[in-house]
Amino acid sequence: MKKTLGILVLLVVICLITWYQNPVFLKPFNVSNLLNRTGLFGVIAIGVSFVIITGGIDLSIGSVVCLTGCLLPYLLFEHEWGVIPALIAVAFVSVMLGLIHGLLITKLNIQPFIVTLCGLLIYRGVARWFTADDTMGFKNEFETLKLLVTWKMPLFAKYQIPITLLIMLGLAVVAGVFLNQTIYGRYLFALGRNEQAAKYSGINTDNMKIMAYIICSATAGLGGVMFALDLNSIQPAGAGNFYELYAISAAVLGGCSLRGGEGTILGVVIGTAVMRVLRNSIGLIGIDDRLEFTIIGVVLLIGVIVDEIVKRYAAKRRASIEAKSSG
Amino acid sequence: MTEPIFDIVDASKRFPGVLALNKVSMTLNRGEVLAVIGENGAGKSTLMKILAGVQTPDSGTIKFDGQVVDIDSVHTAMDLGIALIHQELNLCDNLSVSANIFLGREYRKAGVIDKPRIAKEAKSVLERVGLDVSPNTIVSSLSIGQQQMVEIAKAVSVDARVIIMDEPTSSLSQHETEALFKVVNELRDQGVSIVYISHRLGEVKELADRVVVLRDGENAGDLDRDEVDHDRMVQMMVGRDVSQFYERHPHETGDRILEVNDVVVPANPGHLISFSISAGEIVGISGLVGAGRTELLQVLFGVDRPLGGSIKIGGATQSFKGPRDAIRAGIALVPEDRKQQGVVLEMAVRENIGLAGLEQNQRGKGLLNRTQEQRDTTAMIGKLRIKTPSDRQIVHYLSGGNQQKVVLGKWLSLAPKLLLLDEPTRGIDIGAKQEIYDLMDRLAGQGVAILFVSSEMEEILGMSDRTLVMHEGRITGELQRDELSEEAVMQLATGNIEN
Repeated sequence: MKKTLGILVLLVVICLITWYQNPVFLKPFNVSNLLNRTGLFGVIAIGVSFVIITGGIDLSIGSVVCLTGCLLPYLLFEHEWGVIPALIAVAFVSVMLGLIHGLLITKLNIQPFIVTLCGLLIYRGVARWFTADDTMGFKNEFETLKLLVTWKMPLFAKYQIPITLLIMLGLAVVAGVFLNQTIYGRYLFALGRNEQAAKYSGINTDNMKIMAYIICSATAGLGGVMFALDLNSIQPAGAGNFYELYAISAAVLGGCSLRGGEGTILGVVIGTAVMRVLRNSIGLIGIDDRLEFTIIGVVLLIGVIVDEIVKRYAAKRRASIEAKSSG
Repeated sequence: MTEPIFDIVDASKRFPGVLALNKVSMTLNRGEVLAVIGENGAGKSTLMKILAGVQTPDSGTIKFDGQVVDIDSVHTAMDLGIALIHQELNLCDNLSVSANIFLGREYRKAGVIDKPRIAKEAKSVLERVGLDVSPNTIVSSLSIGQQQMVEIAKAVSVDARVIIMDEPTSSLSQHETEALFKVVNELRDQGVSIVYISHRLGEVKELADRVVVLRDGENAGDLDRDEVDHDRMVQMMVGRDVSQFYERHPHETGDRILEVNDVVVPANPGHLISFSISAGEIVGISGLVGAGRTELLQVLFGVDRPLGGSIKIGGATQSFKGPRDAIRAGIALVPEDRKQQGVVLEMAVRENIGLAGLEQNQRGKGLLNRTQEQRDTTAMIGKLRIKTPSDRQIVHYLSGGNQQKVVLGKWLSLAPKLLLLDEPTRGIDIGAKQEIYDLMDRLAGQGVAILFVSSEMEEILGMSDRTLVMHEGRITGELQRDELSEEAVMQLATGNIEN
């Protein structure tokens, strides 16, 4: 909880600084744009946090985003599928990819890093191959479908809340309830901390891990569809590049530990927002945007270092209190 | 002769939840074998780690060779000439014998490792400890006893003046043990001082010039060579009369709970295992480390699948796909490696106790039943007298004994029919030990069948109605309570089965 509070403070501080430096930050179009991007990236960050909680990693997210984002317009235009069958096909593909990751990781005991690294390479290639590297898009058709992602809820004055943010928040609530209120959430945390002990307590750890990878790929698939509809076009060679790293960074910034067994959905959502606001403020403050990755890297590193220092300080304090209390 | 080399005065060390050493003092003389004995959790290992610089004491002074020293790292200890041989061997088993002996201080010639020189020097130390293998042998192809000798060779090669051996014989055969004793005696004659930690009192009697006894992290007394006597050592270690420590109440045994017929354990595929156990019975499994006892329990608990034979619970044949199935059939396992397999250290007491029963207690479809979890936890904290500030305490901060009670609580809340205990009192203090023995007796009285593995002779002799003894993967004998003696068990445990 303290961790989440810490990252929230960071978010507020960055927002205030940016606003102070450039009042455009709080203009309706900027806010709406920022919330939209937070929604889109939040979806994939929530997904990857499940995998991170099990102590795993998924590097294939960006490629899955690209694959599914290309697959939907490809099926609609090149093969003239109906909207519903095409969406079902995309969902099916993403779930299957997660299932394959999970099976390879649990049943063949291959490291998650390797499995999903191969995924990263394979899916990108497949997407570029079936699209022949052509930009895929929805042109001027499928306006209702696009509305599912581009609609904005009017608030006051000219402020609007984009539906992508609402979708992400809805997903966050479901994920939060799942992790904290169901036995399966407890299983994930337990096996992330100590897989053997979880197994010896009668938990089917393999199935739980497979489930986490399926959730991750499924949300990446959902993210892919949302990104494609949001932009109305998608480029197979570039779309989704580095998105897995954005998602993992957001999750870690939000309090997930890559050692597993740690993390909150609220933290991940705020972590995503920090990443987006950082990017936005680089533009608004007038910092060279080529420094974007550097700044994100530095902030993430500082976050992790502070966390580690706080942890050590707490451990030391606990030890000294205990030493005093028992004379 | 009685010139002290090592002098420890009032060393104390605290870990989260436990005072591991409380003002312990100890003197080691030049050229002597000093045995340090004590029950598990008495503080032996902590004391040794302090001597070897693995851990630093919170208070106390250490004198080495007359000088007050601050052994703040393994490096400092090595510079002083102190070598620690861990109970678990610390060799890189993918490297050769000579590479291991000179690891971290390789001879170099023009920047690259001087392999011929290392091989030559390794050969001479190997000769000194009487290990007849080539320096180029890869360590993983050696037996455990030989690997132990490599560790000793490593200590000899740095001209160690003090060698600390932590339970060196726990996984050695009779023959290897004798070879080790010979080396220890030779080293002593060469003026090396040896601290020998063991709970095998027979060995201590044979080898030690002096004995230091620890109990509950404190000095419990010293014995000179002519005072060393089995009963006296036991009494000093345990601190009270042994018979009263292991109190058993007679009770009826009921229906047969577990029947094991010709089961083949994957780790030891050459042997068939058969035995049975009834409700209300406490059956001990004794044997040396590596006799295949843990592996047998893991098959019974569904961790590993048997290669053959049948396991029946209450008359019904079972085929467990995993621990989950075993738990459903009414079996519980308190594993040997508590921190890896027993508890999730970073989770709360409550989450640990509830972990195995989550599915059984779920509210609706898959929802956590926190009320039930809290009720079970409160009941177990009371029943097992778990010392914890609250049910939300992180298990990591509890003492070993209380962690073990958390593991027991997890299982008892499911009311198992068969309780498997693997070294149930390892690394816990005497008080908690006593409580676990009482609990075992009480559970047996309630009709639970208990099968427990123990390397502590006293525990086997004190607690079991019947004892199975294992040696190299098979059951070499079964002893009823009236046939039970340390000699009878050791005979079977070392593979002597002519009687």
